[in-house]
Amino acid sequence: MSDASLNNPSLEPEASFGDFYALLKPRVMTLVVFTALVGLLAAPVAVHPMIVFASILFIAVGGGASGALNMWWDADIDAVMKRTQKRPIPSGQVTEGEALAFGVALSGLSVVMLGLASNWFAAGLLCFTIFFYVVIYTMWLKRWTPQNIVIGGAAGAFPPMIGWAVATGGISIESVLMFCLTFMWTPPHFWALALFMRKDYDNAGVPMLTVTHGRRSTRIHIFVYTVLLAILAVGTSFTSIGGPVYLAVAVVLNVLFLKGAWDIFRRDDDASEADNFKAERGFFKLSLLYLFLHFSAILVEAILQRFGLGGW
Amino acid sequence: MALGKQHEIHTRRYGRNLGVGLLLAAFIAIIFGLTIVKVTRGDYEPPRTEAES
Repeated sequence: MSDASLNNPSLEPEASFGDFYALLKPRVMTLVVFTALVGLLAAPVAVHPMIVFASILFIAVGGGASGALNMWWDADIDAVMKRTQKRPIPSGQVTEGEALAFGVALSGLSVVMLGLASNWFAAGLLCFTIFFYVVIYTMWLKRWTPQNIVIGGAAGAFPPMIGWAVATGGISIESVLMFCLTFMWTPPHFWALALFMRKDYDNAGVPMLTVTHGRRSTRIHIFVYTVLLAILAVGTSFTSIGGPVYLAVAVVLNVLFLKGAWDIFRRDDDASEADNFKAERGFFKLSLLYLFLHFSAILVEAILQRFGLGGW
Repeated sequence: MALGKQHEIHTRRYGRNLGVGLLLAAFIAIIFGLTIVKVTRGDYEPPRTEAES
């Protein structure tokens, strides 16, 4: 485009660097980076800092690429939902074609570079994660079943396993436990969000549990998943990635989380509307802290073990 | 609008080009760093033949 064409009003707006960065879902990427780093450092194999840095970077790029592909496919839903209307595609900053090309290019780059930087098992796991999030969750499950969040949550749970695979070249019970922790955490986290953002999902026609099975059922589901999550989270204390520090953190957080889920279970929509979903919003905020602190505790245990402390 | 005048789109393109340039430079630095680490560790040494061992 020449300077003269600047006066042509029919031109589409050009995306800025920040618009492309926003396509990577930076907030989700921080979770990916953190959990992958914990998975990598908790593994019983020392990895060169340069390889740690490069591997985490390419795992983050892979996670971001799947976010861009998710935005490409879900542009129609994002345009309807208030929470996502300002994303780069619905706001007209980036075209769907640009997002698709960006996502595909970064997916390929991240998988190949992770394979070259660490090992091809970890790269294969990253490739599967991108495939799972984009094809299985975004294209298939999200618009088809109210269990979308349950199964789709697996995509967000893979990063610690990838981190572990970078260090060890394989899978073990510890990495599967870290996967399960995020996997079981995802449904109550998103269902709490769906309870107080219900209009959004209704309007977009996404079959969230709140829409298909009703809000009472969603409250029961949140409580049941939270009980199962608490058993898993506290049980992890007694494995090789756990220890006294992790146990203390897990007990406190799970008591708080169970209390939150119980409050949500006990109340009905009238009570929630009356205080603008205070309990649901509180539970959602706590869920963010919950996952962060559990993985922080795993990291602390791993660091302590390097100094001959930590663990049982 | 005069052609020489700085338009908003020029600022936006400059930012994008600068960002891409910096990312490419960082990418080269990462490849260089990884190569040094791997070569130093002997990742690319050919496997020893029986005669050598």
